[in-house]
Amino acid sequence: MAIKVLVFAEIRDGENLTKSTREALGLGRRLVENSSGGELVVVLAVQSAGSLPQSVAAWGADVVLVAESAEFGNYCPGGFAASVAAAVESMQPDVIIVSGTTHGKDLTPRLSARLGVPAATDCIGVELQDDKIYAIRPAYGGKVQMKVSFDKLPALLCIRPNVFEAVSEDTSRSARIEKLELALSERDLAVRITATERTTGERPDVAEADIVVSGGRGMKEGENFRLLEQLAQALGAGIGASRAAVDSGWRPHGDQVGQTGKFVSPTLYVACGISGAVQHLAGMVGSKVIVAINKDPDAPIFKVANYGVVGDVFEVIPAIVEELKKQA
Amino acid sequence: MNIVVCVKHVPDTEARVQIAADGKSIETQEINFILNPFDEFAVEQALLTREKLGGEVSVVSLGGDSAAAAIRTAMAMGADKGILLKTSQPADDPLQIARAIAAEIGGMNANVVFFGKQAVGNEHGQVGLLVAELLGLAGISEVSEIEITENGATGRREIEGGTESFQCSLPAVFTAQKGLNEPRYPSLKGRMAAKKKPLEVKQISLGEQLLAVQSLNYPPQRERGKIVGEGAAAAGELVRLLREEAKVI
Repeated sequence: MAIKVLVFAEIRDGENLTKSTREALGLGRRLVENSSGGELVVVLAVQSAGSLPQSVAAWGADVVLVAESAEFGNYCPGGFAASVAAAVESMQPDVIIVSGTTHGKDLTPRLSARLGVPAATDCIGVELQDDKIYAIRPAYGGKVQMKVSFDKLPALLCIRPNVFEAVSEDTSRSARIEKLELALSERDLAVRITATERTTGERPDVAEADIVVSGGRGMKEGENFRLLEQLAQALGAGIGASRAAVDSGWRPHGDQVGQTGKFVSPTLYVACGISGAVQHLAGMVGSKVIVAINKDPDAPIFKVANYGVVGDVFEVIPAIVEELKKQA
Repeated sequence: MNIVVCVKHVPDTEARVQIAADGKSIETQEINFILNPFDEFAVEQALLTREKLGGEVSVVSLGGDSAAAAIRTAMAMGADKGILLKTSQPADDPLQIARAIAAEIGGMNANVVFFGKQAVGNEHGQVGLLVAELLGLAGISEVSEIEITENGATGRREIEGGTESFQCSLPAVFTAQKGLNEPRYPSLKGRMAAKKKPLEVKQISLGEQLLAVQSLNYPPQRERGKIVGEGAAAAGELVRLLREEAKVI
């Protein structure tokens, strides 16, 4: 059975596909290739396309549909939803994939309502069995995994960042590029994003980072997070925090990892002064490798850590930073 | 102002979760149910809006009989009245649920509707914006700061690596992020008053279900790893293992 997959592409800084988008493209590409034929359609919603559509071909697209509007300088929820809906009407895909970034999670239910199909969010697996598509997603703080089926196509999937393998660039590929004709209604523009502010500087966001260093109550004071900043710098990591650290006002909510914070799946998660409450574990047990540093040898975090160091974070972290500098 | 807040009765995050015999749901006998944590911020924002602009706060919840407890908690915080959309059908398809909630809210002439950004349990995180779209209302998710006036709203929310500012006119739907405000505790006086506030129970049946749970499974258990060492002395070995064994740096 041929599968047509449609991916909504997120662009950062006007010119690059986000890593999460490349992961969505990787999944889409694999679904198309594992079926008998089909194609990968990518939707771009931008203020001004420039040479972006051509470069998207290198990232696995067979078809690139381009919606251009002066309204698309910032995230435009109604406008982006209208663009994808128009693309779906024209292409009739079997599967739609959206990255589970803040914007992607915002866009997904809007698409679901407009298209009249349900969506599976926070997908960590996708299966094709007997020509039916299934999504695997965590529930109850990751204590169970749910396999869901779709009774109406297209199957709308919102996938967790950092789980699926990104597509590799292949500059020999080419794609058919088409313009999406759009007429944005007043309702499409009811919500306006008026400004965007970067606050993490060069540091990757905790939900997208390959490596996360995270601090909890054991850091004792907000100021001590500068130790984690040094470690994050040495590793090119994002910085996370436990609920205790956030509730104490040491870190912003956006850094919280856990059941009422973010669910992260980095390659490496370094938990510093974090005891490992079940709600925190919910947010990070998807990490490939976990390191725990804690004074208390009985801290529950050691049950899930691949490597543990029993000790004082204020001694251990600087020592790790030193080691990293040495071996670099 | 007609202010509506939607809440859900959910398992406590401490709950030990066991898959039921049918393999598609969880055992609920031993579980303590509470007002969804993110909904507390939604209820608080509804109350703050009433304090600022006047009007009435109605609480809507969809669920079984026990969901009334979540409504009573919201009333104990200060909400004026509640509506329980009663169904014993499982709430597995967010679009199906949103259609039922939208059908009710559509007749309420709401100026502003609050939801928590997602519910503990299924964690779909969709119903708020689904309801907004189904009703043709402006909708913003994961709001961490908001300022509402008679005419509209402005505010902010977090995105990867930063924040973005939004604006919209009313009527609108907002889903609350943790930290939007500081939810007040339901006082004893509030709890007593809540018992007397009107709670209407409407028996409903859900429309077609398009997303179905095929199975629930426990995730693969993480194996306990090794203690590399103690104190600063372990740093060298840890870094070596991460480089050479785990190959993650």
